[in-house]
Amino acid sequence: MFAPVYLDHNASAPLLDAVREAMLPWLGARFGNASSRHEYGRAARRAIDDARARVAAAVGAHPTEVVFTSGGSEANNLFIKGAAARMKPGLVQVSAIEHPCVREPARQLVRAGWTLAEMPADADGRVELDALDVRAQLVSVMAANNETGVLQDISAFATAAKRQGAWLHTDAVQALGKIPVDFRALGVAAMTLSAHKIGGPQGAGALVLDKRVDLEPLIAGGGHERGLRSGTENIAAIVGFGVACEEAVAALGARREAMQAQRALIERCVAEQGGSVFGAGAERLPNTCYFALPGIDGETLVGKLDRAGFAVASGAACSSASPEPSRTLTAMGVAADLARGAVRVSVGASTTMQDVNDFCGALARVADELRGLRAMAAA
Amino acid sequence: MLKFPIYLDYSATTPVDPRVAAKMIPWLTEHFGNPASRSHAYGWDAEAAVEEAREQVAKLVNADPKEIVWTSGATESNNLAIKGAAHFYSGKGKHIITLRTEHKAVLDTFRELEREGFEATYLDPKEDGLIDLDAFRAALRPDTVLVSIMFVNNEIGVIQPIAEIGEICREKGIIFHVDAAQATGKVVIDLDKLKVDLMSFSAHKTYGPKGIGALYVRRKPRIRLEAQMHGGGHERGLRSGTLATHQIVGMGEAFRIAREEMGAENERIRMLRDRLLKGLQDIEATYVNGDLEARVPHNLNISFAYVEGESLIMAIKEVAVSSGSACTSASLEPSYVLRALGREDELAHSSIRFSIGRFTTEEEIDFTIDLLHRKIGKLRELSPLWEMVKEGIDLNTVQWAHH
Repeated sequence: MFAPVYLDHNASAPLLDAVREAMLPWLGARFGNASSRHEYGRAARRAIDDARARVAAAVGAHPTEVVFTSGGSEANNLFIKGAAARMKPGLVQVSAIEHPCVREPARQLVRAGWTLAEMPADADGRVELDALDVRAQLVSVMAANNETGVLQDISAFATAAKRQGAWLHTDAVQALGKIPVDFRALGVAAMTLSAHKIGGPQGAGALVLDKRVDLEPLIAGGGHERGLRSGTENIAAIVGFGVACEEAVAALGARREAMQAQRALIERCVAEQGGSVFGAGAERLPNTCYFALPGIDGETLVGKLDRAGFAVASGAACSSASPEPSRTLTAMGVAADLARGAVRVSVGASTTMQDVNDFCGALARVADELRGLRAMAAA
Repeated sequence: MLKFPIYLDYSATTPVDPRVAAKMIPWLTEHFGNPASRSHAYGWDAEAAVEEAREQVAKLVNADPKEIVWTSGATESNNLAIKGAAHFYSGKGKHIITLRTEHKAVLDTFRELEREGFEATYLDPKEDGLIDLDAFRAALRPDTVLVSIMFVNNEIGVIQPIAEIGEICREKGIIFHVDAAQATGKVVIDLDKLKVDLMSFSAHKTYGPKGIGALYVRRKPRIRLEAQMHGGGHERGLRSGTLATHQIVGMGEAFRIAREEMGAENERIRMLRDRLLKGLQDIEATYVNGDLEARVPHNLNISFAYVEGESLIMAIKEVAVSSGSACTSASLEPSYVLRALGREDELAHSSIRFSIGRFTTEEEIDFTIDLLHRKIGKLRELSPLWEMVKEGIDLNTVQWAHH
């Protein structure tokens, strides 16, 4: 199979070896339903408890605060819709740069009588704390933006939210494994995690939830996860998720340094091409570089890079079919023309310095080619 | 060589068929792309694999692949179908109907709708576990908007008359949802013939992995649903969330195998089940729960009178079975399904669900028969009630003293 160098870790990440090792038995001989009372079931139950403890430990939470879901999107839906359902309709605020799986559930609340307001981001992609309305009762701000990598000051939002008696939720799906994530220290009411962003399997995620929050389940039937999320547990994925969480935090320090060095190299070659990096003025995830080269269309560049053997992205995976410029960039005040040039490179645990060097070479070649074509077209 | 405990709990979950695991694992390891990534081969390959699996699922039930929506499992599919349809069509009416013996995933969702202001009718089944079609017709109202009836019951294995129910519902313009989690690979499902509008599927009941299921949503005539999971607009807006490629590939392969091997496999399983039944029927005071004819060949649910339920389960530890459905095993209440059939609490508690499957052997069945004979014998020896029954005392006439 044609295997491009993978530089799209924010979309999904290769499975870690340790995760694969841990998962395989649960797709084989250890197949019990965790709700069964015989040994097959009990073994499955123990595995889930073990995984729950690992996830909790990785993010500074208590195991009883971890609710397993089928992924990050579901966890976001569960919190936003579930918390709102147990509250009197009021004001819900989400940042202008949220992922659709936070924005869309929040929009659904409007049909139940809630008012939705967005908190804008500044030109560097930071959500403005001042924009938090004192009347807001449900607030969601992502810990790190999936496109720009810009980090938000979640602790500050959490403090403000507590002062006004609001629940603050943060989608930490992109943050885990790249920066330290501590549920208790952040002071949030709820936090979303996803396994496949950190080298775990697709199909598992979690909502880390302060027990004071009253939540209506999204999926009913059978009462699993203390009634918060029914359905036969996907043991293999949950086990994989637990191990992935453990791995994500274990080598965090060393990995951050490596990713930072790789990103620095990428940004140098972007600068050499006259490009601009979005959100460069803000603190960002160490692995993410979201940039545009002047006069070069992002989709086209990404296509050429793919053919040159490098897998990157133009905007987020979930919206990569849509021709609209990135909402996040629009919120940052980036002009549509420049926004259409956006390309996201996100390195990961499996990326080497050689990969990045080769990418830089390819970027220069492809950019030259495209500029050459443009010049020819203009002549 | 017998491996203990002998697994006879296939209705709770099935092992992943080695062929399914073999097909899945490359999609977990080398091909890790997000199927929604449009910009590189990792994404395209994942997307192609997802579409191939969608075709396999559609083929098993003679549907169009466009009618298959991926979910995280049958529980989610049931939630999506019932809430999704009830909300979308609530303008037409707010009366919904189901059977008292449905899985909790349906019953709890119905209760949720009741809390929202819908009116629900929970029909009692007949003593054999089958729906009473006359009672069903009588329950229909002009404002009935949704009916949900499972194809095969998870506890007693009976097969409901889905074709007939479908005709009735279609005639009245009522949306008909069927939980087919226990049906795939066991009974023929032809959605071109059955007038079913929504159908839930589970992979892990048909030798696929846990954590993946699907919902059939009819296109002709077009059924609309209110999505329950919002976000990136996956599955044509019906179910947002990154698709788990390896799980989907697993479900596709499991359903392909089911389609190709169902006929022969069911024959073999029926023989094994009948062998088990024959072997146990000579134990006194045993009752089969649920109709034996309109029943899948995998299931045998038997009550053993005058034996205390918990002691029984403990006594037959070498066989992994179920007393009551897995999802409610945490509470020691007598099975609500058996109670709905008219079984009294005691008898309901003393029931065992044996569900056999693809890897069950004759040796395992024979061991089980022998085990049950020995243990039931012992337990009844210890039972004062059994002693009284043997002496000819009619327990119903006894005045029990209160302490």
